[in-house]
Amino acid sequence: MAAARGTVYFEEDYCKGCSLCTDVCTAKIITLDMERVTSKGYHPAIIIDESKCNACANCAVMCPDSAIRVERFDK
Amino acid sequence: MSIIYERTNGLTKTSTHYCPGCTHGLVHKLVGECLVELGVLGEAIGVAPVGCGVMAYNYFNCDMQQSAHGRAPAVATGIKRVLPDKVVFTYQGDGDLASIGTNEIIHAAHRGEKITTIFVNNAIYGMTGGQMAPTTLIGQRTTTSKSGRTVEHSGSPIRVSEMLATLDGARFIERVAVNNPVNVRRAKRAIKRAFETQLAGEGFAMVEVLSSCPTNWGMEPLDALKWLKENMIPYYPLGNLRNWGV
Repeated sequence: MAAARGTVYFEEDYCKGCSLCTDVCTAKIITLDMERVTSKGYHPAIIIDESKCNACANCAVMCPDSAIRVERFDK
Repeated sequence: MSIIYERTNGLTKTSTHYCPGCTHGLVHKLVGECLVELGVLGEAIGVAPVGCGVMAYNYFNCDMQQSAHGRAPAVATGIKRVLPDKVVFTYQGDGDLASIGTNEIIHAAHRGEKITTIFVNNAIYGMTGGQMAPTTLIGQRTTTSKSGRTVEHSGSPIRVSEMLATLDGARFIERVAVNNPVNVRRAKRAIKRAFETQLAGEGFAMVEVLSSCPTNWGMEPLDALKWLKENMIPYYPLGNLRNWGV
C-alpha cells in the first residue's frame, strides 16, 4: 500500500459537523466522530486512516468553516 | 512538509453564526482568499447586506460597512467614488439583491460603478425564516409558498446575471456554484477575475454563486448540495456571461 502523501488537521472549535468534507474525500477516510461532541455541541469530523491520505485538499476546499489544514509530505 | 491549504488571513478568527453546512462560509472563504492572493486585503472595503450575511463584518478581515436592506451597491458606490483607490465589494444574498435591492444593483451596473458584487443565490430568504424569494424555483416549497411556487401566482424565478449582462457597464458577469470541489475552485477563479475587473478600472463586476440553505430547504447539508445540482443548475446555467478583454 502506498504511504500517506500528507495529513489533515481539523480545528474542532470551528467544525460544525456538517459532513461536507466526508463526501468529497477521495480516499474516503473522513467521518464524523459520533462518540464525541465539541464545545458547540457538534460531532466533529475526524480522519480514520491517516496512512491513506493523498493530500488532495478536497476536504479543506469544501469546508464552509475553514476548519481544515492540509499538509503535504516532502518526497 | 508543506502546508497546501489552511485558513486564510482574509477571514478573522471568529467562528461564523451560519448553520452547519451553509455555504455562506465557503463563499466568505473564497472572497478572503482572493483578496489575500491579489494583495489587496489592506485596501479592501466590504459592504455587508441584510440577511444571513448581515454580520459579515465580523468575519472578513478588512474594513466593512453594513448597509440598509438592498442598498449595498449604493453604499459601495459612495465609498468607491470618495475613495477610488480602495477595493470595494458588496456581499449580498438573493433576498437582498434580487428583491428589495433590484433597483440598486441594476443602476450600479448600468452606471458601470467600479465595484465588485458577490451575489449569493440560495433561492430562499434565509435569515427571516425561509420565505419565497424572487429566485425561488417553480414548485419549491417555502413558508410563504406552502404548496410550491407557481408561475400563475408568483411568476418565474428571476435570472439576475442574464439581466445584468445586457448592460454595457457590467464588464464581468459569471454564474458559479459551490456544490463540489471542482465548482468551488471555478468559483474562486471567477471571484478573483471580478476583483481584477475593478483593479483594472473596467467597471462593474458580479459573480452569482449558487448556494445552499440546508436549514430552510429542510435538508441535510449533503442532500442540499445534491438538490442544488439537480434543481438549481438546470434553471440557472453556470458560466460566464460577460468578460472584458477576452
